[in-house]
Amino acid sequence: MFSSVALLGFGQQGWGDQLLLATLMTLAVSVAAFLAGIGFGILGAWAKLSRAGWAHVAADTYTTVMRGIPDLLVIYLFYFGGSGAVSTLAHLLGAQGFYGINPFMVGTLAVGIVSGAYQTEVLRGAYLAIPTGELEAARAVGMGRMLMLRRITGPRLLHYALPGLGNMWQQVLKESALISVTGLVELMRQVHIGAGSSGQPFVFYLAGFTLYLVLTTASGGFLRLAEAHSARGQRRA
Amino acid sequence: MTEIDFLADTMRRLLVGVPLTIALAVVSVACGMALAIALAVLRAGSRIAEPLVRAYVFVLRGTPLLLQIFMIYYGLGQFSWVRNSIAWDLLRQPWWCAILALSLNTAAYGSEIVRGGLNSVPSGAVEAARVAGMTALTRYRRIVLPIAMRQALPAYGNEMVIMVKSTSLASIITLMEVTGIAYAIISETYRAIEVFLCAGTIYLVLNFLLTRGIGALERRLNPQLGQAAH
Amino acid sequence: MKLSTLLATAVVALSAVLGGAAQAKEWKKVVIATEGAYPPYNLTQANGKLAGFEIDLAANICPRVHLECTFIATDWNGVIPGLLAGKYDAIMDGMSITPKRLKVIAFSTPYTQSPSTFAVMKKGPLANMPDTGKRVSLDNPAQMDAAIKALTPVLKGRTVGVQVSTIQADLLNKYFKDIMTIRTYGKTEEHDLDLYAGRVDLVMASSTYFVASLNTPQGKQAEESGPLFVGGLLGQGAGVGLRKTDPELKALFDKGLAEAKADGTLKKLSLKWFKTDVVPQ
Repeated sequence: MFSSVALLGFGQQGWGDQLLLATLMTLAVSVAAFLAGIGFGILGAWAKLSRAGWAHVAADTYTTVMRGIPDLLVIYLFYFGGSGAVSTLAHLLGAQGFYGINPFMVGTLAVGIVSGAYQTEVLRGAYLAIPTGELEAARAVGMGRMLMLRRITGPRLLHYALPGLGNMWQQVLKESALISVTGLVELMRQVHIGAGSSGQPFVFYLAGFTLYLVLTTASGGFLRLAEAHSARGQRRA
Repeated sequence: MTEIDFLADTMRRLLVGVPLTIALAVVSVACGMALAIALAVLRAGSRIAEPLVRAYVFVLRGTPLLLQIFMIYYGLGQFSWVRNSIAWDLLRQPWWCAILALSLNTAAYGSEIVRGGLNSVPSGAVEAARVAGMTALTRYRRIVLPIAMRQALPAYGNEMVIMVKSTSLASIITLMEVTGIAYAIISETYRAIEVFLCAGTIYLVLNFLLTRGIGALERRLNPQLGQAAH
Repeated sequence: MKLSTLLATAVVALSAVLGGAAQAKEWKKVVIATEGAYPPYNLTQANGKLAGFEIDLAANICPRVHLECTFIATDWNGVIPGLLAGKYDAIMDGMSITPKRLKVIAFSTPYTQSPSTFAVMKKGPLANMPDTGKRVSLDNPAQMDAAIKALTPVLKGRTVGVQVSTIQADLLNKYFKDIMTIRTYGKTEEHDLDLYAGRVDLVMASSTYFVASLNTPQGKQAEESGPLFVGGLLGQGAGVGLRKTDPELKALFDKGLAEAKADGTLKKLSLKWFKTDVVPQ
């Protein structure tokens, strides 16, 4: 037991500071992926709600494919395919050699694109949940598009979408563990490195387990506060 | 070998892994669903079990499946008392470790879905069953669970799709399902993109069929929705 | 896929034409991929830094040829596709030079050479396998047949663990497929864990790897056993993996390695990390 504590301690001999750094990396890549996911989600929802047929088909294909193939494969495809695409583009512009995209970008994009497929549905559902009466009333009093977005559509959308987005965030946080296959030293990879180097896998798995739980719990609490906040705004309005 | 030949050959070899992928998904969804129902019923019916079930769901939903698989496979195998127990007969096999990890994981998500279904059972139906003299067990079997599961089916369908995708992680503990075979082919040909695209296509088709199947089941269970189901 | 490959090729060809003939590239900075989990070749320390034979070797040879080398850690699984995709410029990961790999990538001259063998639990039923410590060359069919014949009764029905896409995996698949169940792992440390846990009866790896792994607290329960396999598909030792399109870089690594070999640095590092001289002769 004592040796396990020493193993997870700080300083030269312990893995404590490495694990904490890796936890921060997990947080960073998850936030980036989540934000990317919202971006893709907004695009997807917009396409699904638009009247243009091609947009609809494109968005449908996007969500079906991303929800149908394992996230691990999506990450691998981005990892191996991403720099090929970037290099090709660079060659096109006359540059030579290879241009890689780093593992952080790969992870962000891959997890973001997968998450975006689910967020598309969340955002679409939230938009459809906005009572049409409110939109009509806003239009009737002569609100412009931007004003409507800021005063009515935006807050309402956020309110309806928050629970779903909260789930998505938790999902992204856990999916980020798969990014470890690209060599990015986030929590999962650090746990693995520690487990392999020390020959005591269980200690490291348990440490990783705990750190992931801390992340999900802390951010879960934060999300509940946000939800309560957005609900309060709704009542006042 | 031309490109088309390579892709066809890759497909042929990957398809060998499909039965294992399906078996992993079916067995773990079945075990997971049984556990999920038990957990949801326990949570609804027992004040002592309620916090325990909540803790279970909290822990399993709060950590990555990848880590859970490693913990069960490499983590447990580290302890001699585990290796000397009868459970080791199963735990020493990668197949059962994968089934265990996948089932425990999906049960946590599933129990929440079933809980939602249970909450949606109209109290009138339960009261009527009670008045008719049904025992608690019969009530659950005949009235509550059928209604709850019907309500839960769409959400549970999504969970099944996720499980099919999750089986790809079993390759990490040496199982040669579709993704495992994909790794093997890449280690011979070094052509990652083509091979992963082929593997992705297989999962896409499997999930497409699954989604269709669930849709058909939903329509059968809810005949009143008819063809005009939204 | 065919179309996109064609397209990519066309684009590359076009840019080569537009940009004039491809010029010899001036190499200054080189990114080297390693696993960080294959001691003593490369490993990760508790402070998060990489260490090992190859890390020391690169630190020695890169300055000799005026290269600024940095390492990035990556999974073994997919290390060659990563090189081909341009994720990094070189691989130093105890990777053996084999005819199969030479079809897709280039190698520097080898910097280590060692046989492949099995490891088993000291107290297990497989301790003291036939021909332990005897060199068996895959290039000598009669010798190989005799060795397999001697091993077959002992190994029949056993399960062997090996790292995916290694020469040892190739060897097992070619000669032991019908005798044993072969289980492939992403990392060598994972098959070790399963050896200690009893999920596999034996593992196969390079004997240089066992130098480190059998010296850990857990590894002391296990020992090398069976013949030392050399030659054939096992290749001519480990070298720096490079893209075929970078002959200039290969020339630089070859030059640096030749100098390090000539002045005894290579041997010194070998003794430091492997406790024995594994410099190719």
